[in-house]
Amino acid sequence: MILARDISFSYKETEQIHIPDIELGEHDELLVIGKSGSGKTTLLNILGGLLKPQQGTVKINQTDIYQLKGAKLDKFRGANIGMVFQKPHILAPLTVEENLALAQFFSGKAKQSSIDKILHDLGISKKKQSKVNALSEGEAQRVSIARALVNNPKVILADEPTASLDDENAETVVKMLKEQAHNMGAALIIVTHDQRVKEHVANQIIMGGQL
Amino acid sequence: MNMVRLSWKYLVAKPMNTGLNILLLALGLAIITVLILIQDQFENQMSRDAKGVDLVVGAKGSPLQLILSSVYHIDFPTGNIDLKEAKGVSRNRLVKKTIPLSLGDNYGGYRIVGTNHDYLDLYEVSFASGGAWEKPFEVVLGSAVAEKLNLKVGDTFMGSHGIGSSSHEHDHHDYRVTGVLAPSGKVVDKLILTSLESVWFTHGKEGEHDHDKMENAVAKRGFPETEEDRQITTLLIQYRSPMAAVQLPRFINSRSSLQAASPTFEISRLFELLGVGIKLIKGLAFVIIFIAGLGIFIALYNSLKERRYDLAVMRTIGASKGQLFVHIVLEGIILTSLGAIVGILMGHLFLSFLVMGQEQGALSNISAWIFLKAEVWILVYAITVGVFASLIPALGAYKTDIAKQLTK
Repeated sequence: MILARDISFSYKETEQIHIPDIELGEHDELLVIGKSGSGKTTLLNILGGLLKPQQGTVKINQTDIYQLKGAKLDKFRGANIGMVFQKPHILAPLTVEENLALAQFFSGKAKQSSIDKILHDLGISKKKQSKVNALSEGEAQRVSIARALVNNPKVILADEPTASLDDENAETVVKMLKEQAHNMGAALIIVTHDQRVKEHVANQIIMGGQL
Repeated sequence: MNMVRLSWKYLVAKPMNTGLNILLLALGLAIITVLILIQDQFENQMSRDAKGVDLVVGAKGSPLQLILSSVYHIDFPTGNIDLKEAKGVSRNRLVKKTIPLSLGDNYGGYRIVGTNHDYLDLYEVSFASGGAWEKPFEVVLGSAVAEKLNLKVGDTFMGSHGIGSSSHEHDHHDYRVTGVLAPSGKVVDKLILTSLESVWFTHGKEGEHDHDKMENAVAKRGFPETEEDRQITTLLIQYRSPMAAVQLPRFINSRSSLQAASPTFEISRLFELLGVGIKLIKGLAFVIIFIAGLGIFIALYNSLKERRYDLAVMRTIGASKGQLFVHIVLEGIILTSLGAIVGILMGHLFLSFLVMGQEQGALSNISAWIFLKAEVWILVYAITVGVFASLIPALGAYKTDIAKQLTK
């Protein structure tokens, strides 16, 4: 599903960020733990096709994503990679349903039934017509997960998805991510420094030395 | 979901800002619309009414006044001329055709014009009912006159002295309506037409009221046969050849008591005078449009700062750089297109207020709800403003660095 090899990246020439090789198949899960500043988010941006590394390859579903040019990479990302961030970043002018429909529109995968299904699966069907300011923090994060998953991605990348949530919501969110990734046969990578997530994912790597 | 809907959603999320920008642009475009509508219709009207009239001969005075009074029936006549002199002019070899007009009376504010049937032919009139006059004191009504004064064929009325309303009534003889014209959009709509004889007999001395004269048929072409000293107000002339345009006015003006004026020349002189005012208003409109464009630019540019995160999120869910560019430009285009549509409608509305209650003035034949091809150009112009106003913000959206934005 996802393969990252020989990746090297540096913002400045002196500070090389060490990026581990990663290889995950269907249903595989990986937890990347590290202090802030250890390059976790950089790793995720590289895996998500948002940041081109100086060296190395990232393959998703056999496609070398950095060989794709311009809009092709954007379309590939929209269709195959689901990204969840620390903050939900729901587009405020749009309703929950429209946020999901926009993800389908940009990736060219329009299908109303999958919107309804994912909202139902995440328990936020009732919020379909709501705007973001009518959602609680936990609900908003679930909407952002729904938006990341509505296109049935091959890889789900979650950057600190639980950081701004209370214990209860944090657990729900991690469980939902795992459950949905399993259902759609996607590889799941969660990057976090949140100790609460540790017990849920067995497969772990640590970046930037011991915590 | 599509690009237009997406841009629209972002616009309605800020209704005040969007509304203000649309209104400002609409105001500028409304002014342009009014100017275009008035100019087009006014000029059309002017040239329609002067069609077939190459030269107007009347008493000495202001040539513009002569044209306005005897071709467009707006201003007061410069005075009367002797019938004999007028006949002399009509016999000139450069003249193809002449139509005499005699003004002086009105009914209900509408002018009573003494002339002959050539005048009806000049404006290619058709009758809604009845037919042309045959005898003295028989009249034909323009469509607007018949409608406003509620007169029909067979009705009679008493004319009043003077060109405007509010003058004393003539007490000797009733006019009788023999025909009502179909609406033509020309000046005849607002006129009461009759024979020269009718006007003469109204203003004649007491002794003239013998009944034989009243029963005689009037002259339908040319001048009536008369031995008396009669006067007419003006003479409309058609040239026989282009050469006449050079020679005839000079020839007539050199005579002491007559004046010749060309409608085309006088009207273009009038438009030149009005042109300064029109240019000023147009300039003002363009300033307003420029400010509106600037307003849209600033609004988009500011919203871009707040929206960098939204734009980065769009990129992560599959939007390309080009799509973000289009997204912002579409906002500009939607704004200005709406501004154009609102502006055009506002312009027509303004004009309908302007024209309201004007039945006899110069604007009376302008209709507010005619749409011109030029208005499409207003829309195109507005869209161009939208594109230019959104170009720089759109470029900013295009260049948004997603990774940097998301890690902030």
